Amino acid sequence: MSKWLEFMPRALLATQIVLVFGFTPQVTAATGYGLGRPATPAEIAGWDIDVRPDGQGLPPGRGSVAEGEKIYGEKCASCHGDFGDNPQYAQLAGGVGSLAGSSPVWTVGSALNNATTLFDYINRAMPFPNPKSLTPDEVYALSAYILNLSNIVPADAVLDQKTLPQVKMPNRDGFILFPGLMTAHGKSDIHAVACMHDCVKQVKVISELPAGFTEKFFGDISQEFRGLNTMNQTGEPQWVRVALNDSSAAPPSGYALAQKNGCTACHATDHKIVGPAYRDVAAKYQGDAQALEKLKAKVRKGGAGVWGEVPMPPQTQVSDGDLDAILKWVLSGGATTP
Amino acid sequence: MSEPKPRYGRIVLAPEDFLPTRGLSRRAFFDLLAAGGAAAVSAAVAGRAQADDANLPPHVPPWSKRLGAPVNAAYGQPSPYERNIIRREDPGLTPTREASVVFTPLQNLFGIITPSGLHFERDHGGRPDINPYEHRLMIHGLVRQPKIYTVEDILRFPSVSRIHFIECGANSAMEVRNVSVPTVQYTHGMLGCSEFTGVLLSTLLDDVGYDKKRARFILAEGADAASLTRTIPIEAALDDAMVVYGQNGEMLRPENGYPLRLLVPGFQGISNVKWLRRLKVGDQPFNTREETLHYSDLMPDGKTRQYTWIQEAKSVITSPSGGQQLLDRGYYQITGLAWSGRGKIRRVDVSTDGGRNWHPARLQDPILSKALTRFRFDWHWDGSPALLQSRCIDETGYVQPTVTQWRAVRGTRSIYHYNAIQTWKVDPDGKVSNVQVA
Repeated sequence: MSKWLEFMPRALLATQIVLVFGFTPQVTAATGYGLGRPATPAEIAGWDIDVRPDGQGLPPGRGSVAEGEKIYGEKCASCHGDFGDNPQYAQLAGGVGSLAGSSPVWTVGSALNNATTLFDYINRAMPFPNPKSLTPDEVYALSAYILNLSNIVPADAVLDQKTLPQVKMPNRDGFILFPGLMTAHGKSDIHAVACMHDCVKQVKVISELPAGFTEKFFGDISQEFRGLNTMNQTGEPQWVRVALNDSSAAPPSGYALAQKNGCTACHATDHKIVGPAYRDVAAKYQGDAQALEKLKAKVRKGGAGVWGEVPMPPQTQVSDGDLDAILKWVLSGGATTP
Repeated sequence: MSEPKPRYGRIVLAPEDFLPTRGLSRRAFFDLLAAGGAAAVSAAVAGRAQADDANLPPHVPPWSKRLGAPVNAAYGQPSPYERNIIRREDPGLTPTREASVVFTPLQNLFGIITPSGLHFERDHGGRPDINPYEHRLMIHGLVRQPKIYTVEDILRFPSVSRIHFIECGANSAMEVRNVSVPTVQYTHGMLGCSEFTGVLLSTLLDDVGYDKKRARFILAEGADAASLTRTIPIEAALDDAMVVYGQNGEMLRPENGYPLRLLVPGFQGISNVKWLRRLKVGDQPFNTREETLHYSDLMPDGKTRQYTWIQEAKSVITSPSGGQQLLDRGYYQITGLAWSGRGKIRRVDVSTDGGRNWHPARLQDPILSKALTRFRFDWHWDGSPALLQSRCIDETGYVQPTVTQWRAVRGTRSIYHYNAIQTWKVDPDGKVSNVQVA
C-alpha cells in the first residue's frame, strides 16, 4: 500500500509532462492528441472506391459489351476514338504482344495486367470532363467493351463482381518487381565508376537538335532567360521596354496615380496627414467649375493657407496627363482607398 | 580601336563597356570591326551613349530623385523586370492542359529553394479549387479506429519542417531516345525543392492505430477530378513521409496540393499525392493506373518494372546551359544542382571536355538528405568548343551514369527515371546547346 502511495504521484506527474510538452511521438489515439473523429461506415463507403487486383472493392452491378458500346459512343469515343485507337489520348486498344518488339504500343489491351485497374480508373476519373458520373453498371459495361476492343473478352461477355477479376489480361505476367528501386537502401542495376582522367578516348556528339527546330517549336527562347545573369543579353531584353510601355493595359486608378507620383506621402483619401484628405478637398470645391484649373495651378506652384500653414511644395514631377487624371479623380468625390 | 580585355567575373557587359547597340553581342561587335565597320560602330556608340547613359554615372537616375512607392500592404510580387521568369509548357507535349505539366525555370534560379510560384505543376485531372474548411482527410483500412481529420486537426498535430526535392518520375523523359528540347527548363524542370511543413505520416498512423502486423502498403488518394491514387510502402510511410500543408513558409499553393499533400521524400513525384483526401492501410499493393500503364518501366525484354519508387542520383548544370550564349572568353562560374532519392550528395564532378576529364566541384552548404544541393565550378573559357557535364555521387556511392551506361541497362522504351549525365555543347561563337555524347 505504501508502495502505491509513493508511486502514484510520480506516475501522474509523468503523464502531465507528456501532455504538456508532448514529448513522445508514441502517444496513441486513445490517450493522445484528441484530434480527428471516428469515420462512420457510411462516410467510408462513399469514398472507399479503390478496386484491388483480387476484386476487393468492386461494387455490385453488371454490364455487357453491347451496353458498353453504346455508352462508349456517347461519352468516350470523342477522345479515345471509335475503336479505342486514338494514340493522342490514352490509347485503349491494340498493340497486344508489341511490348517486347522494337515498336511497343502501350494500351490497356497490351500493357495492363488486371482488368480491375481498368474498372477502378474509369470509375474514379472518367469521362475526363465528368469524372464519377457513371453508375457501376455503366463502368462494368465500358470495361467489357474496352476489353473486347482488344479481343480480350468475347462480344457476348458480361462483367460483374465475380467475372471481372477473372479476366486474363495478355500482359498479366508482364510486370516484375525490382527491389533495388523500391527502397532508399536498394542497390541500383546501373553501376558507373567515377573515373577522373582520360576516361574516354574519343568523345562524339551523337544527338543534337536539328537546325530551326527550337525556333519552330519553342519560338524565341532568349526570352526565357533573365537578361541580368544569362550571358546571351548585352542589356535589358527587348520585351522589357515593350512591356513597360504597354498601352493595352487598363488605365491605373486615380489612387494608383497618386501613389506613383508621391502624392500619398502627404494625402490620404479619408483623413488628414500633412495635407488635407482628398474627400475634404472634393467637398470644398463641390460645384466650383474652375476647381480643376485652380487645383492644377496649386499643385504645380505649391501653396499654403487654404488648409493650414504647412505649405505644399511645388510638384513639378507630375506629368500633365497624370495630374489631370488625379485631380478629376479627387474632385469626383469618389476618392476611396483601394 | 583595340579589343578590350576580358573582364573577369563579368557576364553581362554594362552599356558603357563600348557596346555598340542593345542586342548586338560583343563578339558580333568585333566581327563588325574586323569587317571594316569601325566608323559605323563609332557612330552607333556615340548615338547610343546619348540615349542610354542618362541614368548612368555621373548622372543620377530618376528613381533616386523622386519619392518611391508607398509600402506594399498586399502580397508582394517580383519586379516587373522579372516577368519572364515563369513556368512554361513544352509545346505539343500533352493533348489537354488539364492533364499536363509546366516546368520550373531552373536556368533562372539561385540556391536550392524553388520559389513556390515557380515550382513545376503536373496535374492529371486539372487543378481543383478546394475550400479548406470543407476538405477532409480520411484514414481507414487496417486500423483500429478509422478517422476523419479536418485541415485544422492536421495543423494542430506536432509538426516538422524539412527541405526536400520533388522530381517527377518522367523528368528528362524527352531525352531518353535523343535530345528533343532546347533548355534546362524542359530537360530537367519537373524538379523543385521546398521547405515543407506538416505532420509525420507515422504520427497519423499511430493516431488511428494501424495494424502493425498486417499493414504493408498504403493507398494515397487525391481529391482532384482524377482522384489520383498511388501505393506507398509502409517502410517509407513510417520513415520520413509527411502529410504536408506548408511550403516555403506559407500554405501549399493550389497547384501543389492545397490544402494537404503527401510527401514521400526521394520517391518519384507522383507518389507525393496532391489534394490528399484518403489514406487506406492495406496488406497488398494497389496496382493503380498510375503504377501500371504509367510511371512504370518497360525494360528491353518487354517486362515492366512496377513500383520503381526511388529517384536515383542525378545532376545538371543550370548555367551555362542550353539557349545561353557566352559573349566573350574569360571567367565563367559553372553552377548547377545535384540530388538523390537515396540520401545526401557526396560529390559532384564537372567536365568541360565531354567526360574525358573530371574535376571536383564545390558543394554549397547545406547538403541535405533527399534535397537539392547546389554546386559550383570555376571555369576560364578560352573560346574553343567545349562540352560541359556534371556527374554526381551520392552517399551510397552510386555514380550518376552516362547516357550510354543508362541505355545499356534500361533501354529506350521506358520514359521514366532517366538520370543520365547531361551535356551542354559550347560552340566557338559561345552558343550553348543541348547535345548527347558517347
